[in-house]
Amino acid sequence: MAKIVTMTSGKGGVGKTTSSAAFGTGLALRGFKTCIIDFDVGLRNLDLIMGCERRVVFDFVNVINGEAKLSQALIKDKRVENLYILPTSQTRDKDALSKEGVEKILDELKKEFDYIVCDSPAGIEKGAQMALYFADEAIIVTNPEVSSVRDSDRILGVIQAKSRRAEQGLEPVKEHLLLTRYDLERVEKGEMLKVDDVLEILAIPLLGIIPESPAVLKASNVGMPVVLDDKSAAGQAYADAVARFLGEKVEHRFMKPEKKGFFDRLLRRSA
Amino acid sequence: MSSQVATRDAPFQLRGANFTMMVLKVGDPRNPNFFPVLAGKIAQAPNFFRNAPVVLDLDDIPAGVPFDFENFCGLLHNLGLIAVGLQGGTKELQDAALAAGLAALPAAKGRAEGFDPLAGTGRSPAQGVHNMQPQSAPEPAAASPAAPPAVAAEPLPYQRSTLIVTEPVRSGRQVYAAGGDLVVVAPVSPGAELLADGSIHVYGTLRGRALAGVSGDRSARIFCQSLEAELVSIAGLYRVSEDMDKSIRRRQVQIFLDNGFLHIDPVAA
Repeated sequence: MAKIVTMTSGKGGVGKTTSSAAFGTGLALRGFKTCIIDFDVGLRNLDLIMGCERRVVFDFVNVINGEAKLSQALIKDKRVENLYILPTSQTRDKDALSKEGVEKILDELKKEFDYIVCDSPAGIEKGAQMALYFADEAIIVTNPEVSSVRDSDRILGVIQAKSRRAEQGLEPVKEHLLLTRYDLERVEKGEMLKVDDVLEILAIPLLGIIPESPAVLKASNVGMPVVLDDKSAAGQAYADAVARFLGEKVEHRFMKPEKKGFFDRLLRRSA
Repeated sequence: MSSQVATRDAPFQLRGANFTMMVLKVGDPRNPNFFPVLAGKIAQAPNFFRNAPVVLDLDDIPAGVPFDFENFCGLLHNLGLIAVGLQGGTKELQDAALAAGLAALPAAKGRAEGFDPLAGTGRSPAQGVHNMQPQSAPEPAAASPAAPPAVAAEPLPYQRSTLIVTEPVRSGRQVYAAGGDLVVVAPVSPGAELLADGSIHVYGTLRGRALAGVSGDRSARIFCQSLEAELVSIAGLYRVSEDMDKSIRRRQVQIFLDNGFLHIDPVAA
């Protein structure tokens, strides 16, 4: 049974698209046939992060409008088997999405894929609601700062009120917290919220902590999901998150500063 | 209710529709050079004129000049033009034309009907997007909305069909030149989309998408000063940037169809 996983946050710039790309790629690396859909109509970015922007011909909105077949719009990843990307339109806006249109495409995708990862736009309006409406599970991407946590709290409320599962009284959407851009040093200094602080407010299970890492920006700019960079801490953290999502018991890393030797201190930030 | 049912079952439907047509302004039909000169004009773009409907504008015909419509329309037909109606002229001319099977059309409103290049995109035409002005027609009187219709009715000497964009075309913006060419004198950002029924010219770097001949004109071409496009297409045949040869990237190129294949060739600077 295919599962629809929505990556959402309320707040912008916290790493939804980076996480969608890394998480979706992580699932595909585990052998699951995965499709990542960009719901951010008008602000298309997933194709850049996935490095397939030079192959986009048709998009999500074309398929909704019946201008192209789903198979024409899906882009197969060249690096990872079983991984597909459905890019969105850059020239349209969120009004191009309709519940019926989105449902039809998701139903079609469900027949073929194990996991459908929906990369939600920021906000709590139509675009974000479309991305979360059909979700079976939701991953809330949060940064360790108060505004991000507040917005995550808000989007959790939206999921609990406006998703299809809520409206139809089905089993509620399963929620996960993904804490990104976690900078241990700044947490130690008290400049950032601690994991426990965030968990206390949001009260949902922790899927993973992604440490702040220069590898993330580098990966974005070269169009490679950071999970493919298995030497970087961020890449490993995403791989761990995928494992936990699949039910494996993996201890959380990157929560405590590692004991650093003299040379590590000199060479730190090279992660 | 019953009348609606009757309408639905009717073997026809009556609807209003707008068409853009050429107007042939007739100065002096007796001039012996009339048809030779017209034939020369048509020879310059035979495809454009082939079986094209035209409306005769009779306003400039001096009073009292006889006009044999049947003969005139027959000669036009020989050139591939189909006279469908007339506008203006004296009562006598109009009656004669009606007898020859031409429909009298109301005087044209304003100049040749402008089109909104952004119609359907939910955007208003932005600054920097305007239709090409005929060189001979002075801007002021004709463009002023307050001008009386008599002044505004100044006809164009030709069918205006080129859309000129002078501002950078940003990501997410869509510009469509309906029924003609699109000229962009600015860069086109990635994520922007240029569409034209005719050809597309970009005097700047083309980084977005360009789709020429979107209504099926296979002779349309795309020209740009630096090719970094995401996608180019002519009459539905497309190529994405990944499939473009590296040797033509960032080059001045023209893109055209030949034997059903899309060619991207450098243009000698």
